[in-house]
Amino acid sequence: MSQQSDAPSAAADTKHVHVTAIIRSVISFLVPFIGLLVVTLIFTAINLPNGWFLTIFRMKLIANQTATVAMGALGMTVIIISGGIDLSVGSLLALCSVSLAAMLRAGVDPMLAVFLVLSIGMAAGAFNGVLITGLRLVPFIITLGSMLIFRGLAHLVADQKKIQAAEQTPAWLANLMTITPPGSWKFISTGAWMVVILGIVLAVVLRYSVFGRYVFALGSNEATARLCGVNVPRMKIAVYAVGGFFMGIAGIFDFNYLGKQGDPTGGDAMELKIIAAVVIGGGSLSGGRGSVLGTLIGALTMTVLTTGCNVVGVSDPVEKIIIGAIIVAAVAIDRFLHRGRN
Amino acid sequence: MAGVSKRFGATQALLDVSLQVDRGEVLALIGENGAGKSTLMKILSGAYRADVGTMSVGGASYRPVRPVDGRKAGVAMIYQELNLTPHLTVEANILLGQERGLAGWVRGGTHRRLAQAAVARLGQPNLPLDIPVGQLPIAKQQLVEIARALVSDAKVLIFDEPTSSLTEEDTAALFAVIRQLRSSGMGIIYISHFLDEVAQIADTYTVLRDGRVAGSGSMAAVTLDDIVRLMVGRELSSLFPNVPHAPSEPLLTVHQLSGADAPQDIDLVVRRGEVFGLAGLVGAGRTELVRCVFGLDAVRAGSVRVEQVGPLGRSPRQSIRCGAGFVSEDRKEEGLALTMSIADNLTFTRLSLHSRLGWLNLRSREEEVRKWMQQIECKAVGPQQAIGELSGGNQQKIAIARLLYQQADLLLFDEPTRGIDIGTKAQIYRLMGELAAQGKAILMISSYLPELLNVCDRIGVMCRGRLREVRSAAQWTDEEIMHVATGRETVG
Repeated sequence: MSQQSDAPSAAADTKHVHVTAIIRSVISFLVPFIGLLVVTLIFTAINLPNGWFLTIFRMKLIANQTATVAMGALGMTVIIISGGIDLSVGSLLALCSVSLAAMLRAGVDPMLAVFLVLSIGMAAGAFNGVLITGLRLVPFIITLGSMLIFRGLAHLVADQKKIQAAEQTPAWLANLMTITPPGSWKFISTGAWMVVILGIVLAVVLRYSVFGRYVFALGSNEATARLCGVNVPRMKIAVYAVGGFFMGIAGIFDFNYLGKQGDPTGGDAMELKIIAAVVIGGGSLSGGRGSVLGTLIGALTMTVLTTGCNVVGVSDPVEKIIIGAIIVAAVAIDRFLHRGRN
Repeated sequence: MAGVSKRFGATQALLDVSLQVDRGEVLALIGENGAGKSTLMKILSGAYRADVGTMSVGGASYRPVRPVDGRKAGVAMIYQELNLTPHLTVEANILLGQERGLAGWVRGGTHRRLAQAAVARLGQPNLPLDIPVGQLPIAKQQLVEIARALVSDAKVLIFDEPTSSLTEEDTAALFAVIRQLRSSGMGIIYISHFLDEVAQIADTYTVLRDGRVAGSGSMAAVTLDDIVRLMVGRELSSLFPNVPHAPSEPLLTVHQLSGADAPQDIDLVVRRGEVFGLAGLVGAGRTELVRCVFGLDAVRAGSVRVEQVGPLGRSPRQSIRCGAGFVSEDRKEEGLALTMSIADNLTFTRLSLHSRLGWLNLRSREEEVRKWMQQIECKAVGPQQAIGELSGGNQQKIAIARLLYQQADLLLFDEPTRGIDIGTKAQIYRLMGELAAQGKAILMISSYLPELLNVCDRIGVMCRGRLREVRSAAQWTDEEIMHVATGRETVG
């Protein structure tokens, strides 16, 4: 084919492209924040006759209620950036939570029990990863199956009833989700702080570690990752194991949140909330994109919505409709901002 | 169609192309890879719109916007990759999109009659109508697709490389069907680069070269040698800088290598300081050969070795460790992660150079990336720019620089200059010469003959999975390469 050099205008073009790219990425970075801000402002305005919406107490409550979903969503962020999905997380949450309760009741040392619960989480995630790479099936199908498997295991462990373990729970474990008293320097509960700290750690890992680069590479273009010598199966197993680790912590949170008991029916539809948090935060289900900060904002947005609807007296069904609409709108805006690229 | 042109950005894909096919005539559309055949096809089918020019079918003006317009006007295409739904039955496939019925309910009887009439016109009344298409062999599947065109009452039927996956027997059967259709008054455009087949089936020919019509006329009035000349005849520019380099000891040894389908029984040695070119047509097995060598495709038999290092062909990871590097022919789908930065794409094969215990040193990495970008004259804002925002030429420079960064000794290039501007092409040719002078070994696939003849030291020609002949570049002419690549007997 006949071709001509594009040299003369290339430099100017590149610059122009780059400036718009920067503007676009800044906007798409800000969208989740703006969403959260708008939602908060709306509730503040509606609630103004009855008083201030965001009282200190409510902020603590929101942080607390966000913690479980946010913790799970941190792991899901890694999975979604790598181009995968994990539907089994809600069931895994229940499995981890009942396992903790069962072990505490059986007199297992609490430290050891926590360690084992995190191991269960990682093992379950790795199980998903091994099936996905070994059977070469899409993660949606594999984790749809393991969603039922984990749920069944949770019921088996709990013998189909709730396991109460309040007496056996030591204070350091029991107070994870306790709302701090007014004036405390901690402000939010220990669990909420753990989300913040692990979030920072994860963000650093994603940006500054070889593992993090490979996660993005896998989601951006698996063929390229393979071509560049990345051990794709091993990476996938690691990614799902990391996701499972975070679900282990979320399970411990849920155990606390439910009044120190393990509920085999707990974490129902949790996977959808977790995926929604990542997606509202700018994560792309086709992989390669997503951020820890965005995910946390996404999780927070949903809690603010729920809390706000309760405060201003919106009924449960209407609340669901609103949240659904927000999810679709968030993704639509995100798509709009990224269209025309690549 | 008359005076059709099409530009893509800086690339003039088609210029002032006219062609005509009469009722009851088979027109052969011939051209090298990249000559513009597929663009022309897409304009005919409505996938692209021509910038200039007109088309008409049976006297009526034809301006397709969507594929369904083509069908309405009586233009039907049989693509190389068949468009069938493998789980549905033959009958359902024949009538797909043209179901006759009432209020959404299919009329079974009408369908059966239409399908039977269509296969009868093909001279294939025994084609089973009730089994899923996926269970038929490829040759029969093709017939299903042709039958579908008959149901839509096509006047012009276009075949794109219909025999590339057929055996000789099937090809003969297909030709019988085509002759039958021709005698029933249909106009047929037959696209192929197997010249012997073209000689058997076509009445007239049009040769495309670099997006222009290089020649056309009656098939009876020309020899195949004339057609080969039309296909390749082009002037050479001063595109190819000459960097002196001398082949020394062997680096890559391929012994009796066979892949899943192609390649078959390949023996090949590439030396340090040598540029080895692989010529052949699309589907000849060149890409598969190089992918087997790099470990991307499964090796069925045979061995690949890098001298004094170890075996290749197991996994890309292993090959990279042995000092091999690969540039994919498909930058977008495989070669590059487009949403990621230049720095990431450049350094993925060897992040260990800038990391300790799994943690990256982003600053030192960025400094090195800048150095490479300068060295290869990559036009970009900075190492953090997403690579998808660069021009094709600059993307390709990064894909090649990745191999230099990882310090590969054996460089495998699959169509390294496809779709990039001439200035960058010249830069890449010079770079290849310099790399050979440094003692690296280069194995390059190209479909652009002047490139092979001017850049390579030796050229091997592949056809239907096998390496047919290897000579030093000086001993080939482009016409001879085309002869061997199109499966004709070697000349001289």
